[in-house]
Amino acid sequence: MTDSRVVGIKAFGAYVPRHRMQRAAIAAAHAWAFPGLKGLAKGERSMCSWDEDVITMAVEAGRDCLRGSSADALQQLTLASTTAPYADLNNAVLIGSVLGVSTDCSANEFAGSTRAGLSAVIAACESGIDGDRMVVAADARTGKPGSTQEMQYGCGAGALTLGSGDVLAKFLGAETLSVPFVSSFRKSGERFDYGWEERWIRDEGVAKIIPAAVRRLLDQAGVAKDRTLWFGMSGGGIASDKLVAKTLGIAPEKILPDLQGQVGDTGAAQPLLLLIAALERAAPGDVIVVTSFAQGCEVIAFEMQQSQPATPRRGLAGSIARRIEETAYLKLLSFDGHVELDWGMRGETDNKTALTQLYRSSRQVLGFAGGKCSQCGAVQFPRLPACVNCSAVDSQAEYALADEPAKVATYTADWLMYTPAPPLYVGLVQFDVGARLLMEIVGVGSAGLEVGTPLEMSFRIKERDRMRHFDRYFWKATPTV
Amino acid sequence: MASGIKDKVAIIGMGCSRFGERWDSGTEELVTEAFGEALRDAGIDRKQIGAAWYGSAADRVNVGNSAIPLSTALRLEGIPVTRVENMCATGTEALRGATYAVASGAVDIALAIGAEKLKDTGYGGLPVPSKGTFNDLWMPYSSAPAGFAQLAAGYRAKHGISKEDLKQAIGRVSWKSHQNGAKNPKAHLQKAVSMETILNAPMIAEPLGVFDCCGVSDGAACAIVTTPEIARALGKRDLITIKALQLSASAGREWGTAEWDGSYVPNTRNAAQAAYKEAGITNPRKELSALEVHDCFSITELVTMEDLGVSEDGKAWRDVLDGVFDADGVIPCQIDGGLKCFGHPVGASGLRMVYEHYLQLQGRAGARQLKDPQMGLSHNLGGVPYNGICAISIVGLEGR
Repeated sequence: MTDSRVVGIKAFGAYVPRHRMQRAAIAAAHAWAFPGLKGLAKGERSMCSWDEDVITMAVEAGRDCLRGSSADALQQLTLASTTAPYADLNNAVLIGSVLGVSTDCSANEFAGSTRAGLSAVIAACESGIDGDRMVVAADARTGKPGSTQEMQYGCGAGALTLGSGDVLAKFLGAETLSVPFVSSFRKSGERFDYGWEERWIRDEGVAKIIPAAVRRLLDQAGVAKDRTLWFGMSGGGIASDKLVAKTLGIAPEKILPDLQGQVGDTGAAQPLLLLIAALERAAPGDVIVVTSFAQGCEVIAFEMQQSQPATPRRGLAGSIARRIEETAYLKLLSFDGHVELDWGMRGETDNKTALTQLYRSSRQVLGFAGGKCSQCGAVQFPRLPACVNCSAVDSQAEYALADEPAKVATYTADWLMYTPAPPLYVGLVQFDVGARLLMEIVGVGSAGLEVGTPLEMSFRIKERDRMRHFDRYFWKATPTV
Repeated sequence: MASGIKDKVAIIGMGCSRFGERWDSGTEELVTEAFGEALRDAGIDRKQIGAAWYGSAADRVNVGNSAIPLSTALRLEGIPVTRVENMCATGTEALRGATYAVASGAVDIALAIGAEKLKDTGYGGLPVPSKGTFNDLWMPYSSAPAGFAQLAAGYRAKHGISKEDLKQAIGRVSWKSHQNGAKNPKAHLQKAVSMETILNAPMIAEPLGVFDCCGVSDGAACAIVTTPEIARALGKRDLITIKALQLSASAGREWGTAEWDGSYVPNTRNAAQAAYKEAGITNPRKELSALEVHDCFSITELVTMEDLGVSEDGKAWRDVLDGVFDADGVIPCQIDGGLKCFGHPVGASGLRMVYEHYLQLQGRAGARQLKDPQMGLSHNLGGVPYNGICAISIVGLEGR
């Protein structure tokens, strides 16, 4: 029997960009000036490709969360981020439109601190909304070249569907502390964070604020000391999770992976990724506690109700496993806009978007909704008034292509056309359902492409508008791994 | 039942500017150069021209849209002048307009002229056009070579040909055109190159290297057309007439359904069949004396041989390697150097191809003159293989 009063996590999804910058390559590039960075040069960190940002990562995490279910049931969509691309434009509305939520689903944003991810989850758990709500937290973090942030930050997104009834993990409660402890900051309009000494953050901030908050929450929730407890922490600096766990008497093997070795610190997304790491590990009855440190803290606790069901979702472990190793440090600098390469005159094209046209075609462009002809059955993209196969007019019902399997029909690697990540792979993409269109193909690894290579769809930036800064988004194909 | 255009219109004068990097000339100078040669060739006065069709494809690096730049440059006062644009098939479109005007009896003498000034972009290759406000939102901006390079993937997959064999064959296509271009004083590229140079050139769009791509050139070409009766009244003999003018445009099927396998150009097959019917040709390999095809890229020329029915499907690469299309081959192709070496000023190219046939049929082709040509086919492709235009024109000796 499910208890409709029980609130908790019903589904989860994650996205970590496939490009993984090797920290040794970053350190090697800076060795002439900052030989000390070598001490941090272990493992790898995720980096956004030039065509990924908070919106695209949030979409991918949201899709992973929705796999096997529809977005129709969502009553609320919340984006939490400190690096969302638009300051005045509801980023969550764009994300929801891509995910296919209904127009009466509310869309809002949490920002202002890396705590925002967990703040949004707590708010969703404590909201009186009747239906399901999704929280997506995403950050595309970048550090000043040569900084420790550049080594430690990563990019990624996590998504949770929260609601009542049949939950994977039950919400036990939350604790919030707001303290003017300024460990780091980034002023509006600035590109980089500025941080204070790590030892001060650890000893005067984390050690004094977090354990007390966690204890209070566990007491309030009535969690007995003998329960198996998974613990994760974000925002406190390297190894601060271990310090807090020790103080709280949590066994080291129950500390959730800090993701430093493979992903890096993904800011607002980090507490959600930690929750997902816990959901991928915990057994029914286990307690999960995740905290996010920033100007105080948020702490949240869940109790695992059931093992995660078998779904086609990728999750955190699956996303981490999908990787392309990067050793070209200049690529990181170029993708993040820290160095301006000479792309030649072909790169000067003005990519102004007609917002009128975007609105008219938003279901097609954002939702990747093609058409299916009621006369001949042909599935097609784009959806023009007349069917591509039988010419029937106004005969098509919307047909979503984003999750349909596809293959390479033709391809080439274009070294002439401007792209921030040469070469531009382009080709005709043949969907198994019959639709076909010319698409950019990204994430082509060393195996390359051939006619017949299986493809899946990924939501990306199509072109950047360097004059007005309204970027075009569309779908690209990527080899299925 | 349409009776077709065969032998209803004669070409009485043609002109073609020197193609190439014409740093000295703008479009106005280029059209004046081609028009002057055509007028002298026709032996008429400009005031005898009743209407004109002007083809140019790239507005932003040319003289802008409308027919006004042409009517102003050539001082065509008080007659209808129309500008046409159909991508790389633009030149043939101008000829179609002028030919149909004469055939309809609307005018006695009409002018078709095409020009392009591409070397004002500041870079190699074609400018990047907008594809319209909707298509810009989803269609990838890939280069022209990337559009045609995809034929290679489809052709290899269908016919089971290795990357190496196909690279060799398309290299041979370009090698042959360089041999021919070296004999053409108006060509953009007049130098023979070795297979080794071709095969080892930098990659542009896999598998196309630099030498698999045609020259992007400045130039203009021009035709003056009238009815055979008026031509004879003007004292013309041994008339060269238009046998066929056909065009096929994509309607989305190739790149919107699973039907097309990527190994050929459906528009070429459509237009070729219609053109052969219009011209009364049943065996193109035997009946056509020469081909001027749209060799924008070497792979395009190779598959076009199959699309035109002069090679069997899957065999063009062997025909190429066997020299079937060489100057001394079974059916010479690109005897003037083609787009590859004569050059490709987009709006002029369709007319440039007809110009070569016109010279050949009159025995005026100099060092590259073919023996006893009767009929020549020219072929233009606009856009990309899966979303484009094909224009085919066939010209020949009257009565053939």
